[in-house]
Amino acid sequence: MMISLHEQARYWIDRLHAAAAKLSRPVQFMEVCGTHTVSAFRCGLHSVIPENVKLLSGPGCPVCVTSQGQIDQLIALASQESLTLCTYGDMLRVTGSDGSSLEKARSRGASVKVIYSAMDAVKCAQATPGRQVVFIAVGFETTTPATAVAIQAAHRLGLKNFSAFISHKLVLPAMRALLRSDDVRIDGFLAPGHVSVIIGAEAYRRIVKRYQKPCVVVGFEDVQMAQGLALLTEMVNESRMEIVNLYPQAVSARGNPRARQLMDDTFQVRPVSWRGLGLLPHSGLALRDRFKAFDACERFGIEAIDVPEPAGCRCGDVITGRCSPAQCALFGHVCTPVNPIGPCMVSSEGTCGAWFKYARGRALPQEVFA
Amino acid sequence: MCLAVPALLVECDGEEAVADLHGNRVPISTALVPDASKGDWVLVHAGFAIQKLTENDAREAWDILKDLQRRSETS
Amino acid sequence: MIRTLNPSAVPHKWDQITLAHGGGGLLTDSLIQQTILPRLGNSALNELLDSAQLTVGDARLAMTIDSYVVQPLFFPGGDIGRLCVSGTVNDLAVSGAKPLGIALSFILGEGLSRSTFDRVLESIQQTAREANVRIVTGDTKVIGHGTEETIFITTAGVGIVQYAQPLHPDRIEPGDVILINGYLADHGLSVMLARELPQVKSVIRSDVAPLNGLVDVILASTNDVVFMRDPTRGGVAGVVADLAQRTNLHITLQEDAIPVRSETLHAADMLGLDPLEVANEGKVIFVVRPHAAASTLEAMKSHPLGKDAAIIGVVEKKPDGLCEIRTSIGGRRILQKPYGEQLPRIC
Repeated sequence: MMISLHEQARYWIDRLHAAAAKLSRPVQFMEVCGTHTVSAFRCGLHSVIPENVKLLSGPGCPVCVTSQGQIDQLIALASQESLTLCTYGDMLRVTGSDGSSLEKARSRGASVKVIYSAMDAVKCAQATPGRQVVFIAVGFETTTPATAVAIQAAHRLGLKNFSAFISHKLVLPAMRALLRSDDVRIDGFLAPGHVSVIIGAEAYRRIVKRYQKPCVVVGFEDVQMAQGLALLTEMVNESRMEIVNLYPQAVSARGNPRARQLMDDTFQVRPVSWRGLGLLPHSGLALRDRFKAFDACERFGIEAIDVPEPAGCRCGDVITGRCSPAQCALFGHVCTPVNPIGPCMVSSEGTCGAWFKYARGRALPQEVFA
Repeated sequence: MCLAVPALLVECDGEEAVADLHGNRVPISTALVPDASKGDWVLVHAGFAIQKLTENDAREAWDILKDLQRRSETS
Repeated sequence: MIRTLNPSAVPHKWDQITLAHGGGGLLTDSLIQQTILPRLGNSALNELLDSAQLTVGDARLAMTIDSYVVQPLFFPGGDIGRLCVSGTVNDLAVSGAKPLGIALSFILGEGLSRSTFDRVLESIQQTAREANVRIVTGDTKVIGHGTEETIFITTAGVGIVQYAQPLHPDRIEPGDVILINGYLADHGLSVMLARELPQVKSVIRSDVAPLNGLVDVILASTNDVVFMRDPTRGGVAGVVADLAQRTNLHITLQEDAIPVRSETLHAADMLGLDPLEVANEGKVIFVVRPHAAASTLEAMKSHPLGKDAAIIGVVEKKPDGLCEIRTSIGGRRILQKPYGEQLPRIC
């Protein structure tokens, strides 16, 4: 008997409502993946879940957690002569402190190329030996292995004109920092499906044990997310703090060992600054000495700088679940997708952008539970 | 933070492969899944296969079936 | 508290043109509103419809113009030649007008090969024949050497409006039904893949086609077509969100009813694009009175360019100017006009 996806989704939403009715207090679950943020909105999940269950968006958008200083540095780099910046599309519209962006730099003649794969940047360097090619390496563990492959390929090829601006971050330290924080209450996590493909479902074991919060690994289909919320709510009701893997087709207990080996060979862990969370030890990556020659910051003498967030911007609070976008005074007035002030509003991947694009004008929960 | 889609490997030559996405043929790297071979289903992200997919979607369907059955028996 | 947030409420600040300004989305609107209309505006232009409506004695004329700068010049399913004729014919057709003639202007890049130019001309010839329209006047210019084969084409068209009922968003009422003649997003994805990811061998083919034949059949079958628009740049989202805002009514689309081919949907997924925001060049959105919906759908399905037609939504009474999608799980999300540039994403 085939059950349609529609019936399956309805089944899990009903089950979520049944479990929510038994809750002794409202609950807040958090997803930490920009793609979950967008997928949840696209399928209208927020509009069908019960009032006393909230889904918060966490620091899951790698662009949003990139510091303002780094963004300014990248925009400055783009304008250098004989240099091509290769970037994933996500970074193109992020706003610098002076209102500029890579998109605007491109319109002024800077060589900025949107690529689909990290290897495209390597190929670009091979094709233009007279130009320096810099690859903007952002992303969490899903995307980091690709950078590792690209760096190692560049190393093997002995490319002198390729380097990468390494801005990769790790998800687990952010999750731990959120759980340690006093000003946001998280009752469980929808764990990022594709990060989990790489790090494995067991990666969340220590968090579940130490902080006693249930954790469900889900993919990005509406059925999976509905099921995830239902199971999280049931686990809270039953005080059952477990990891449940709802994406076993892609996520194994240990993840992808080859990808993790490559990451480990290529990168070492270092403390980095997260918008909204401050400096987190062991939360970012840097190239190992063997590959240091490919580090764009070393090659171009770029030093870490501290730049204040735009005045009034609450991106840091939004991406850590301390407030909803609607609670930011700039949201929808001064800060819109057309005139983004902070990175969360840039297109629809950031939390603010997603709220604005998919939920504008709707009676959405305007506050988060304290 | 990860747009990844399932695709079928239709060609495999060392680390260079071609994945079929509902008829679209996309060249990808299998550097991250060295034991993948032609005929395998993989998850593709930003030009790379990041995992071999296994058949494992039967479980939820069974859970729902059993639950629905149980509900109809008790009602 | 419900806050209705209009993205156009805050004027976009810019001092240099970016590619997104040409995307047909919010930024194009901003360009038009801030720089063009203040200087060139008048009652005809300000309507911002697919064709301008002009009267000559008793006759109603429609006039339209479009430029084509697509790269690559040739893509699966079509080319710039087929595009320039179809685009202008379609703008006239959705205004209820029978084309009288097309004016066509070429800007050719130095170094363009004769064979490429011949191929484009053949395509123009064939498409014009298909649409039963003539190129009645034209112009050719040449510009200095670029890095790739360059052809820019501008086509203007004039037609006679023959449909008795005025076709205008102001006539849209609650209860009106929204239909489309077939699968979405094939054109935009086909071109984007050909341009950005030429290594991908795609089965997606542009839907570019002149639709005046199909539109004639529909207009002949009923007096109850209220408005039509072709969802080119900005996609279906652009058109429907625009209509909702313009009429200050609420439009609801049914996600499950919207036709998208699986290869197109999955290619869009891979690149992080929304098929509703991707350009089409062989599609028309019809808005018809409710009692004519079923028969209009029948009539569309009987035409080769409408065989995959579907009813995708309805206009509702709520005066909030929003377009909403009812999703597969029974949820709701807002559909908004896209910003303007479609970019592959990893997130």
